Amino acid sequence: MLDQLDKKIIAAMQDDFPLVPEPYQQIAAGLGISQDELLRRLASYVESGKIRKMGAVLRHREVGYAANALCAWIVPEEEIGRIGKLFAAEAAVTHCYSRIAPPDWPYNFYTMVHAHDREECNKIAARLSTLSGLQQYIMLYSTREWKKNSMQYFREGEETI
Amino acid sequence: MLTDFDKRLLNRIQTHLPLATRPFAVLAEELGSDEATVLERIQALKDGGFIRRIGPFFDSAKMGYAGTLVALKVLPEAMADVATHINGYPGVTHNYEREGEFNLWFTLMAPNQAALEKILATVAALPGVSRLISLPATEKFKVSVQFTL
Repeated sequence: MLDQLDKKIIAAMQDDFPLVPEPYQQIAAGLGISQDELLRRLASYVESGKIRKMGAVLRHREVGYAANALCAWIVPEEEIGRIGKLFAAEAAVTHCYSRIAPPDWPYNFYTMVHAHDREECNKIAARLSTLSGLQQYIMLYSTREWKKNSMQYFREGEETI
Repeated sequence: MLTDFDKRLLNRIQTHLPLATRPFAVLAEELGSDEATVLERIQALKDGGFIRRIGPFFDSAKMGYAGTLVALKVLPEAMADVATHINGYPGVTHNYEREGEFNLWFTLMAPNQAALEKILATVAALPGVSRLISLPATEKFKVSVQFTL
């Protein structure tokens, strides 16, 4: 389980990553621990899967991927594992989840597709449909972004608004 | 415009930020460059709006957090108020208006299931919201966004 120092480290790592030659030294100093301790703990989070990746998130519009569609599918329960592996292997699919759907909303599988424009998104979904044999899906195109940021774990006051 | 070096750097740094005392020197070595150049280009790409965030990406379930995808039917005249209310929750990372019968979609995380459900109940009762569906994930097959430039 996570101890108090883990939570402090996780909170600190969500701040701007210092663009200096020894960034971990700077973060460790702010936490009052040694750089070795910080690097050891971070490596253990990677090992246990608590950290999915160390890296940068790009602004997809700025790097040329202007269209994004949430594509919702109807997948028979027994097919979910096969479809998940098939879709996850596609480079254009950035997120791929099976989900519990309420009784009057039949879509139980979601893929996020990023492409340069809407036509390309539609083509990707059509290709996924052909590839999988799944006929029933809808494209949920975004028309306005109200919020997009990274999750902040273990921050003060997170339960309340 | 992105140079070839910028693209190689962005492709690499999306998943391979080294855990080392001199991470940018390690990246530089891999890319056949030097530490100062790598730092200068990353800063420029951040300032230029190409990089949104650098650092670790945590697995929410392994952090002990509960999460779900929520879809709402919202009256057009109430949209701005509802969206603003939703944005106020720290556990909301994405909130998008979308085409279709459910016209507002957001992701929600909370430190535990009870806190999550409290927020869902509050949102469902907001003026102008006629329907809320919560679509918790049963299996995550892919969550890593990576673009090849």
